[in-house]
Amino acid sequence: MISLWGDMNRRGQVVVALALLLLLVAPLGATRYVLSVLTLILYFVYVGQAWNLMMGYAGQLSLGHALYVGLGGYVSAALWVHFGIGPWLGVFPAVAVAAAFGAAIGWLGFRFGIEGVYFALLTIAFAEFTRIGFDHIGFVGGAGGLFIPYEEQRLGQWWNLRGSQLFFYYLAFALAAAAVLLTALLARSRLGYQWIAIREDETAARALGIDVFRAKLKAVLISSSMTAIGGVFYAFYYNSLFPAQLFDMGRSIELILGPIVGGTGTVFGPVVGAFILTPLGEILISVTEHLGINAPGAKAVFFGLTLMTIIYLVPTGVWPWLSRKLGLARRRP
Amino acid sequence: MFTPMLSIWLNVVVQGVLTGLLYGLMALGLSAIFGVVRLVNFAHGEFAVVAMYAAFVLFRAFGLDPLIAMVPIAAVFFVVGFALQRMLINSFVGRPDHEQFILLVGLAIVLVNAVLIVFGPDAQPANLPYAFDSYEVGPLIIDKVRVFAAVAALAVCAVLFGFFRFTSTGTAIRACADNLIGAAVVGLDVRRLYAVTFGIGLACVGAAGSLMVTIADAVPSLGPAYTLLAFTIVIIGGLGSMAGALVAGLLIGVSEALAGFLIAPSMKSMFSFALLVAVLVLRPQGLLGKKPA
Repeated sequence: MISLWGDMNRRGQVVVALALLLLLVAPLGATRYVLSVLTLILYFVYVGQAWNLMMGYAGQLSLGHALYVGLGGYVSAALWVHFGIGPWLGVFPAVAVAAAFGAAIGWLGFRFGIEGVYFALLTIAFAEFTRIGFDHIGFVGGAGGLFIPYEEQRLGQWWNLRGSQLFFYYLAFALAAAAVLLTALLARSRLGYQWIAIREDETAARALGIDVFRAKLKAVLISSSMTAIGGVFYAFYYNSLFPAQLFDMGRSIELILGPIVGGTGTVFGPVVGAFILTPLGEILISVTEHLGINAPGAKAVFFGLTLMTIIYLVPTGVWPWLSRKLGLARRRP
Repeated sequence: MFTPMLSIWLNVVVQGVLTGLLYGLMALGLSAIFGVVRLVNFAHGEFAVVAMYAAFVLFRAFGLDPLIAMVPIAAVFFVVGFALQRMLINSFVGRPDHEQFILLVGLAIVLVNAVLIVFGPDAQPANLPYAFDSYEVGPLIIDKVRVFAAVAALAVCAVLFGFFRFTSTGTAIRACADNLIGAAVVGLDVRRLYAVTFGIGLACVGAAGSLMVTIADAVPSLGPAYTLLAFTIVIIGGLGSMAGALVAGLLIGVSEALAGFLIAPSMKSMFSFALLVAVLVLRPQGLLGKKPA
């Protein structure tokens, strides 16, 4: 944390402090709608950061992170609906299940030397497999979905994640801030340097004596566990879970757009990416509505075009470019 | 000689084989792009869907049979692919997978939603006049459309095999796939060959999509499913092996048909994914792929 702060020059520190302050007091001036958008942004900062640890630092491309969101959400929601076990307790089995899946994928992938696009397809295969599987599990509602019931007497029980929009906003804020801090800490840890070495040149890393298999497995475990907590948040925020929605490949893609557009392998990339893409989606919705284009898909066409433009102009992400332009990062060799 | 049960099984397998040939043709296009240009074309299935709608429109507006429409559609797709590679994608060749991924996912989103805007989200059946005709061969009852589509797919594959085997451009493209630096050293215009390859890949998917419309309704949401399917087939078959893509296409076609018949149609792709994981772990170079040196 101190190293993160110390790495920024004065101007960078001021910008970060101002942004934090603004986010903290935002609920004072924001409408309910703006607050919900901000909550969504912070949620994407959180899960994007979890993915960033695995891809941006350890260099392992996962295109199936929706799997961990879905498992986290489903386990915690099922425990709550069927056994009345609250999410603060349910989060532990949720994380355990997701981490077990992550471990299985990581073990298969790393033990058998599946790399790059092949590893990405392995993660997609697992996510799709689980999606279809959940469609057929009656205990969690199958394809019809699982719903967390609205209960009058539970309203405001924040310890059961039955809070208001305001509560969920601050929860998302805390999660996002914690994820950024964790990334900054890990990036400066022994493990973080091992990850970067592996990302840059796996053979050289092995030659240096790094236990590559172990380090990569740790990346998957940390990333999947973090993502599962995001899934718990998702379940109790939206109160309805459908396999076709949670485990869909579209969800995995949505989750990784932010960090890639913002810049993988940087602490603030996922933050910047989420703050660009989520509002962009919202703005496109209102613009297309305003123009009277209510064809389904109009918004998505613009979104796709914007995505292509951004990656064409700044392939390594917006944040590295932006921080250079604004002179936010301390010059480092 | 044939018990009723056995003949049902045979029918299911034959149907799977015929569908699998179309899958194989689609995957062949991806195999060329993925194997030669080394580009992760995550918009592959979306191109197939665009081709399906193109064939659908040509049939509805001009009564053009998809088996014939396949030729102009493939030609247009070749030009589109060539131009796309030249103008947009070439600067992404050799860049990290995730950067290519975003570019092509952006393209995929644009394609599938453009289709959605024009045609709406509902399934569009082509309703060919001979859609319900069938051949009876012994115990087998085979849909006429499936036979036609499969034969057409085989014909396209044969042309492609011939192109890569016997023409100088085809040989040059294989040289690029085998040894990129060597190819550049002997003076091959790699950028042009990449554009040709991308064009060929899209022509394949254009032909496959046109044929697909004879056996399946056109729906925008098929796009991502076909992309996954094509990648699954290419990896199972082995990167860079054209025969492998065809064989894996057949395998997936049959496994889907059997799983749909034995268990539940909604669970059919689970078996494709299980097959993919098994191949990745046990034989990472694919069924017919060469072992990496």
